[in-house]
Amino acid sequence: MHKLWVTTVALIMLGLGGCGYNTFQSNDEQIKASWSEVLNQYQRRADLVPNLVNTVKGYAAHEKDVLLGVTNARAKVGSIQATPDLINNPDAFAKFQSAQGELSGALSRLLVVSENYPQLKADANFRDLQAQLEGTENRITVARNRYIQSVQAYNITVRSFPSNLTAMVFGYKAKANFTVQNENEIAKPPTVNFDSPSSKPQSEAQGATK
Amino acid sequence: MILTRTARALLIAFTLCCSFVASAEVTVPPLVGRVTDQTATLTPEQKATLEQTLQAFEAKKGSQIAVLIIPSTAPETIEQYALRVAEQWKLGRKKVDDGAVLVVAKTDRALRIEVGYGLEGALNDATSKRIISEIITPRFKQGDFYGGITAGVEQIIRVIDGEPLPAADRKLTGSNLNVQQYIPVIFILALVIGSVLRAIVGRFPSAILTGGAVAIVGWLFAGALSFALGAGVIALLFTLLGGMGGGMGGYGMGGRQGGSGGGFSGGGGGFGGGGASGRW
Repeated sequence: MHKLWVTTVALIMLGLGGCGYNTFQSNDEQIKASWSEVLNQYQRRADLVPNLVNTVKGYAAHEKDVLLGVTNARAKVGSIQATPDLINNPDAFAKFQSAQGELSGALSRLLVVSENYPQLKADANFRDLQAQLEGTENRITVARNRYIQSVQAYNITVRSFPSNLTAMVFGYKAKANFTVQNENEIAKPPTVNFDSPSSKPQSEAQGATK
Repeated sequence: MILTRTARALLIAFTLCCSFVASAEVTVPPLVGRVTDQTATLTPEQKATLEQTLQAFEAKKGSQIAVLIIPSTAPETIEQYALRVAEQWKLGRKKVDDGAVLVVAKTDRALRIEVGYGLEGALNDATSKRIISEIITPRFKQGDFYGGITAGVEQIIRVIDGEPLPAADRKLTGSNLNVQQYIPVIFILALVIGSVLRAIVGRFPSAILTGGAVAIVGWLFAGALSFALGAGVIALLFTLLGGMGGGMGGYGMGGRQGGSGGGFSGGGGGFGGGGASGRW
């Protein structure tokens, strides 16, 4: 009797291993880890914002619209509970993404505006903050890329044979991945306007790289 | 079975697709030295001097720094390319992640310092940016590439030197690729010699002979006597007890070695996009 149990357990373990159960578990953990890194880097950016806004305010206080835009976008990002469970909730995921996208846009407008203030550009503190912001944006890109790759690996396991049978039994579904919010805008060729120094083309270009 | 085969064929096709797409990008050169110059900007003497500086620093502090000069990173940005370089070269010690790469794209007039996780505290974005904009680019603007790179590298070294890191270990920093290649050879050797000898001279003498042979071969290839002896003893025991074991001894030995390589390779450090870029 005892032997039978051992054999059954061994067979089940082998079966689970063979049909990709363990692959699901390790891929899932990988997704969680890379998502945490994405959140971590977004948080880092959000932490930089108050300092940046204060520094810019010192030199360009009358750029109220832009400064307010950044502050509001930052507040919106902060109001969303960025939990690891976000990846399993498509609606919350989309909301989180759009809030972060808004902050990206607001920040790039702020940097465009700051180009008009030579004294601000020469300020050592501002230059350091700008370097940190650039570095953080790059880290966000890297973290998002790694997240996309880990989701891809998971989704391939979900949809390919024979592990798709396991996915069916345990109810694993393909996970949401990052999408580009302004797909139509990117497809259009950018319009360049020489009439007035508008910040619109710049923000579009910024959106395209996201 | 047929389905699995189809899946496998699809997977292969997919992989081929991927590699085809990847080939459109500038390939990352293999890591052979600390300074890789594809544009013939540096003279051989300058390159040697720079290599020596970096090597001495690695011996002293343990951190791995490399310099790469390429014509252009197009169609990628320098950030994307530098990260691919960092991911492929894996500079810095494993778990310490103390590697850094200075990538210069000459015709793009762009450069980047890519910093490993472990150095992000000392060589943070702001510091990297300052090294680029205050030390390197002014010299690059005058066409003084060697001056810019050496001054930049020296500043990077100064910054890292102030950071408390685990002490440099000669064994860990060397290449262990050479030894890895010999593991299968040692494995087969131990198995074959062990079984043949057991058939000819009997169990006990054959065990001693196999153990001795594995130890000598291990010593010749890997260079460390203690590990070779340990492997020999394991091979001896396994030949004594039965067929399979010589290889285990060989493997146990091969996996631990590291100090003998003459070339340069990354220690397995991780990167996450830290650092700064600049243009001149």
